[in-house]
Amino acid sequence: MEGDWLHQPPEPVRRSARMRRVPGWLAGLGLMSPSLILVGVFIYGFIGWNVRVSFTSWQGLRPVYDFVWLDNYTALWNDARWRTDARNILVFTTVFVVGALALGFLMALLLEKGARGEAFYRGVFLFPMAISFIATAIVWRWLLDNGSGADTAGLNKLFADLGLGFLRSDWHKSDSSWAIAAVALPAGWALSGYVMALFLAGMRAIPNTFRESARIDGASEWQVLWYVMRPALRPVTFSAVLILIHISLKTFDLIYALDQGNLKIDTPSLYMWFTTFDGGFYDRGATIATVLLIGVALIIGPYIRYWLRTERR
Amino acid sequence: MWQGRIGVLALVFVAILAGIPMCAAGGGGGDNQLEVYSWWTGPGEEEGLAAMVQAFQDENAGVTFVNAAVSGGAGSNAKAILASRLLANDPPDSYQRHAGLELEDDVRSGKVQDLSALYDREGWREVLPEGLLDNLTIDGRIYAVPVNIHRANLMWYRPATLDELGLGGPPKTWAEFLDQAERIKQAGRTALAIGPQWTQKHLFETVLLGELGADRYEQLFAGSLRWSSPEVEAALATYQKVLSYSDLRSASGDWQPQIDRVVAGTAVYAVMGDWASSYLEGTKKQRWQQGYAAVASPGSDGVYSFLSDAFTLPTGARNPEMAEKWLVECGSTEGQNLFNPKKGSIPARVDADAKLYNGYLGWALGQWRNPRTRIVGSLAHGVVANNAYNAEIDSALGLFNQNSDLNGLAVTLDRTYEATR
Amino acid sequence: MTVRGTAGIPAPARTAIPRPVHQPAPTPPGAALKSRRTSSWLTALRYVGLWLLVAFFLMPVYVLLVTAFKDPGDVTVTGIFALPSSFSLDNFTDVWPKLSNSFRNSLSLSIPASLLSSLLGCANGFVLAKVRFRYANVVFPLILFGIFVPYQAIVIPLAQTMTDLGLRGGADRTGGLAGLTLIHIIYGLPITTLIFRNYFVGLPDSLMESARLDGAGVLQTFLDVAVPLARPAFAVSIIWQFTASWNDFMFGAMMTTRESWPITVALNNVAGGQSIPFGQAMAGALLASLPTLAIYLLLGRFFLRGVLAGTLRDN
Repeated sequence: MEGDWLHQPPEPVRRSARMRRVPGWLAGLGLMSPSLILVGVFIYGFIGWNVRVSFTSWQGLRPVYDFVWLDNYTALWNDARWRTDARNILVFTTVFVVGALALGFLMALLLEKGARGEAFYRGVFLFPMAISFIATAIVWRWLLDNGSGADTAGLNKLFADLGLGFLRSDWHKSDSSWAIAAVALPAGWALSGYVMALFLAGMRAIPNTFRESARIDGASEWQVLWYVMRPALRPVTFSAVLILIHISLKTFDLIYALDQGNLKIDTPSLYMWFTTFDGGFYDRGATIATVLLIGVALIIGPYIRYWLRTERR
Repeated sequence: MWQGRIGVLALVFVAILAGIPMCAAGGGGGDNQLEVYSWWTGPGEEEGLAAMVQAFQDENAGVTFVNAAVSGGAGSNAKAILASRLLANDPPDSYQRHAGLELEDDVRSGKVQDLSALYDREGWREVLPEGLLDNLTIDGRIYAVPVNIHRANLMWYRPATLDELGLGGPPKTWAEFLDQAERIKQAGRTALAIGPQWTQKHLFETVLLGELGADRYEQLFAGSLRWSSPEVEAALATYQKVLSYSDLRSASGDWQPQIDRVVAGTAVYAVMGDWASSYLEGTKKQRWQQGYAAVASPGSDGVYSFLSDAFTLPTGARNPEMAEKWLVECGSTEGQNLFNPKKGSIPARVDADAKLYNGYLGWALGQWRNPRTRIVGSLAHGVVANNAYNAEIDSALGLFNQNSDLNGLAVTLDRTYEATR
Repeated sequence: MTVRGTAGIPAPARTAIPRPVHQPAPTPPGAALKSRRTSSWLTALRYVGLWLLVAFFLMPVYVLLVTAFKDPGDVTVTGIFALPSSFSLDNFTDVWPKLSNSFRNSLSLSIPASLLSSLLGCANGFVLAKVRFRYANVVFPLILFGIFVPYQAIVIPLAQTMTDLGLRGGADRTGGLAGLTLIHIIYGLPITTLIFRNYFVGLPDSLMESARLDGAGVLQTFLDVAVPLARPAFAVSIIWQFTASWNDFMFGAMMTTRESWPITVALNNVAGGQSIPFGQAMAGALLASLPTLAIYLLLGRFFLRGVLAGTLRDN
């Protein structure tokens, strides 16, 4: 019995003195049980609990576990702030994902053939990932200052000094309903190095012979890029897009520290936090969280399936 | 053979070792302890609290004072942690709230104890102004002891700037302000400096107070005057106009940079509470009536819109006797005189020693104690609206900044008032 | 948006970005000159592009350094790009007392959190990769999904539970730090499990075969064979987990009181506070980033593997 735990066909039974030993799968389960219990309770149990709260009318300092059907969800649908947030997160996700993808791809492309001091460039592009979003936001808050005239500061000041004054922007304080797009700048700064790493690894995984044979056949660099690299990178791009979307949906600290309370850059995750813990609307907070979770699950669920399937192959 | 086991043990050992300093982090311990929860962590207020604590410990030897301060009136984690502790019926021995309806949810949920008897015993009803007592009273009872008083309805300016621009004096009404604002704008300066979201709410309530007058202001928050009534909508329209003369679009930083722009002369006025005074005196080294001055905001002369930091006696406090002694300290003349000069606020009691308060504070104290002064409560600082309503107003004002829909704002506020009362 | 969430799913430690393989392609003789000319032109363009990008990525660092080391009196918003006319450590000496306590708190919670989470993750990864048990194909995806769950969706029950357990804020002797450590261990499990699982999947079964033939059970094999073998995965996992716990804000804000704040919350308080000059905010941001930056600089290889892992990909 003890012999069957490894990925091996069970051996002919060797009846040794160790008969009393627990079967392998049970020991394995035992080894995992602390984690299974913790994950079960703290992730799935809590998700269930949160969904439960979203069906109640719990407001304020006394938990109320009544059942109000979908009232909170319909109320959310009619909630002006939620609508703004939903729109904001859509704008942000689009700009952030496209931007980070483009920038990350560009960096990977520039590095792909190997540059002298490649490690240096990679290090510079990737280091923001080691830094907390709070620290990132603190620096960017000043860079995205929108003072004008004598108060011109931050990036605007840099633009003015470089003779690029026309690039001046009010950033996330702009009156435009695209103000939240400005947040993609610090977010992209923080995360496009990650996209670069993905693409670079993806590009290097393409056997060199493919490219070389294309070149020998007289293909230009662009043709190599388009006909050899593009199809080969499709899975990496797919992964990067989904991961970035899910990051974008969860964005919290960055905006919190950048300019909290500015509804121009409000997102569902911030609304959840403030309505729950400042306003005491636990019912609404739980509802927003549930919708957020569903959004992430719709993106990530199929992705996990896809990955597991390709891995098995 | 053994290296895996040794490795695992080493990991666990290092983890425990690294975790040890944790035990020192929370502080506390001891049987006879008093845990007081506040958000007094800023300059001035921290020293004021320390002075009160010192006096308290001198009188009550052997008690360990646990200062569970969590920062920032604006920091929401303070509220969040407190809320969850109250939810779990695990309150500190006393906690800070703004006096007024900010306590309403706590009261309705039975989280705080009625202090009416303590008020009678200590004779506090005689030494606190009636307008304050009214605002402290929820459903006929009093649940908190105010330590200090701040004034919200003030307009700050630099006298020299007014001279430079040939403005005779600060505006008496918001209509006059709008006149001046046009001239100021033509002179190339900002009429009104503004800061982040909460300062806009502060301005919002100030304009409402000035335009509606004290009575209708109170009716509005008591629900007997609707937001969508013509006079309130007119006041909202004024707010919109006032905001259009502010540097809302380019404002950066919190209220200090807002005040800084007034000191620098790039902006002429700022509406802010009187904590600005200690900032101007301390950090900016300005003198009252020379480098800076303040008057009641337009249309609110003779009205004192207050906010107050107050302490409570939670239901289920572990050390209620000691907590009550703390409340007595908070309500005493001595305690208030220890705290307020450092914090830059005035004592709630009308019998506290006036000599300790000079400059702006002397003026404020005179106004507070003037029997003719009408006392109302601030919205942005939790006196006239409960937490839920206040949070909904935040949302509504934030949306209003984007869509400028006056009628939508009024309708939303009417609806959320009903929903959160 | 914690780094843990961003990482998605790390790949095994054996992979990093491979070096470019450059074998000069056999080029037709006639094309040699032309292609060399275009390629040198392209190379120059490539380096210009790279340096522009470097400038973009380092610009905030420049602003941060220049501002933090200026004399506080010289710090102005309009002059953040100006070269310092003065050198001073005043910003640091001013801000350090406000952060030192929380710096220590963060250390004493991130180290145990990363070590213990990795240890548990190692056990899970080993079992998932090498021990056959029923429903593994259900359990593994469920654990994986844990990496992506938005923490908003668990925070209300978590806050309640932690308060009920007496592990939160003022009620707790450690000011909530012990509870916060537990939280980081638990919510780190999905990613550490994946790191180790992918690592063990990549190891041939034969490495454990001899132990099995010696009659060693699962636990014994785990301790004596798997753990020593997994050292590179430990490096990746511990580093990743440390960074995630160090940089977390939301749980820290929820769990702790002022005495027990982790560094991010204290930093946000310094910089988001009402009267702190931003020279101090910059100095504080630098101080708060030092540990993770140091790890990144010294152990970048492992960090990169953690990052790459991010995508449920094996490359």
